[in-house]
Amino acid sequence: MKRLINLTPSKPVKLLLGILPFAMILVIYLIASDARLAENPNDKLLPSFSQMGDAIKTLAFEPSKRTGEYLFWQDTLSSLERLGLGILIAAALGFSIGILTGAIPTLHAPFAPLLTIISLVPPMALLPILFIVFGLGEVSKVALIVIGVAPFIARDIQRCTQEIPLEQLVKAQTLGASSWQILLRVLIPQLLPRLINAVRLSLGAGWLFLIAAEAIASTDGLGYRIFLVRRYLSMDVILPYVAWITLLAFVIDWLLAKLSQRCFPWHYQHGK
Amino acid sequence: MLRHSRLIKPLLALTLSLSAALVQAESFKVCWSIYVGWMPWGYGDEQKIVDKWAKKYGIEIDVVQINDYIESINQYTAGQFDGCVMTNMDALTIPAAGGVDTTALIVGDFSNGNDGVVLKGANKTLKDIKGQSVNLVELSVSHYLLARALESVGLKEADVKVVNTSDADMVAVYGTKDVTAVTTWNPLLSEILSQPNSTKVFDSSQIPGEIMDLMVVNSATLKKNPALGKALVGAWYEIMGIMSGSDKAATTAKTAMAVASGTDLAGYEAQLASTKMFYKPTDALALVNSDELLKTMQKVAEFSFDHGLLGDGAPDAEYIGVQGPKGVYGNTNNIKLRFDTTYMQLAADNKL
Repeated sequence: MKRLINLTPSKPVKLLLGILPFAMILVIYLIASDARLAENPNDKLLPSFSQMGDAIKTLAFEPSKRTGEYLFWQDTLSSLERLGLGILIAAALGFSIGILTGAIPTLHAPFAPLLTIISLVPPMALLPILFIVFGLGEVSKVALIVIGVAPFIARDIQRCTQEIPLEQLVKAQTLGASSWQILLRVLIPQLLPRLINAVRLSLGAGWLFLIAAEAIASTDGLGYRIFLVRRYLSMDVILPYVAWITLLAFVIDWLLAKLSQRCFPWHYQHGK
Repeated sequence: MLRHSRLIKPLLALTLSLSAALVQAESFKVCWSIYVGWMPWGYGDEQKIVDKWAKKYGIEIDVVQINDYIESINQYTAGQFDGCVMTNMDALTIPAAGGVDTTALIVGDFSNGNDGVVLKGANKTLKDIKGQSVNLVELSVSHYLLARALESVGLKEADVKVVNTSDADMVAVYGTKDVTAVTTWNPLLSEILSQPNSTKVFDSSQIPGEIMDLMVVNSATLKKNPALGKALVGAWYEIMGIMSGSDKAATTAKTAMAVASGTDLAGYEAQLASTKMFYKPTDALALVNSDELLKTMQKVAEFSFDHGLLGDGAPDAEYIGVQGPKGVYGNTNNIKLRFDTTYMQLAADNKL
């Protein structure tokens, strides 16, 4: 049938259509940047690509005048460390809480409502308290990510646990499995790919908390650099940093997806 | 025919009113943010003093308050405003370094103790700062003040560790045990000093005249519309006249400014005490016409260059020219910051 909903673009056309919006954004940026730079060659708002390249070259390949470090890589390393640690702790915490409150009714009753309420507290509002409890160092930055992300993962895992068909649990019991064995052999394997999914979905929030924490008190990090150079409107540094963060986020997301497919191929057999 | 004229009449009226709006007075926008020396702009806007002076010169001036200081400078630099309040260092490193030719129209005051270095503990001296982490807003005047303080006791920035800390969180952060030294400005400074066991070891009164608070305007706009300069300067010194008096009007004005900045009259007076306000145009002219002005700007430019604030294109501290009445510091072919005494002089001569 020749209807719009039945028209599927061929593979090359699909690819082209996918690239098109990116190309258009680039062209619009180039035109706007050129127009502003023609008027004022020192304009900082929309730097040219060569200006951005120069700025990043200085930050990435020349040691800093003040500390002798390669700032770009140092920033990336610090931020990834904080994010990795925060997400790892949040995932472990969220997974344990989610699976226990989801599978064991006597734990569900007292803790599920509490978890719901906790997940609704905006973590950013707690920042001043975090400072006083954990100090200004790395701990409070990691803690912000954990507090922001763990309740979300816990709720998601809790819901997923309860979605596992009761028949499976009954069957395991008729085969003589104890609660512990059911947890270990029935629930955890099925929930691990769900955990990776939950982590993928919460990474965006994780980055947000990371950058917010670095903006407040820090000596390095991607978020720190962006907020620092914002003081003199250095968009030639900010824009490449934002692009770099986006790329890192994309790569992490892709790696997690691959990891999930590699480790749990059975999870992807149906409904693909 | 009848139907046509029915349609044409309102159309004609609309066109007329539109063109009337077009030939109406030229309008300008200036922005300001909360700080002891800039509160008069809010008061002048509220009391229609700015409006009155704008009308006198046949223009319109929209005075806009912006909550975030840096954002206000960025907005000015991006061309959203014709004028904005800022310090001399920020004027050099943000609009001037960004290629926006900027004129310091009014030098309103200089910080005379409003910015300070604080160490935790009793009876501390500045030398004790060696080896400590210092929390401050990096690349701000606080950073400059710290550099000048360290210089005064023969230390270098490498002798301390600077931790960038948002001004919004400075007071909360000071309460944590990791923080042992901060550099900040009022009203945060007085809030921090009110906490027990805190010693102010250096403040801006030890480098008088180096941290100036300005009203800057776009040089091209000012050249094309001198009325903007006249109206702003006229309004400013009228407000100064009101608030420097000792009558009821002065108290009312200062109370209004105090409330608008989140304190009370006593608190505002305390901040004024550590600010050298130039109530009379002659006071400001004395500073701008002095030999010190360009020496100060040289120190500021050198600090800014060392910290990469003049942009990647800057080969040395003299890359950006700063023009004052006594000459030019830096590159005469790239003058982007001008101290213009024309308008303040008109005010001093009562010619506005």
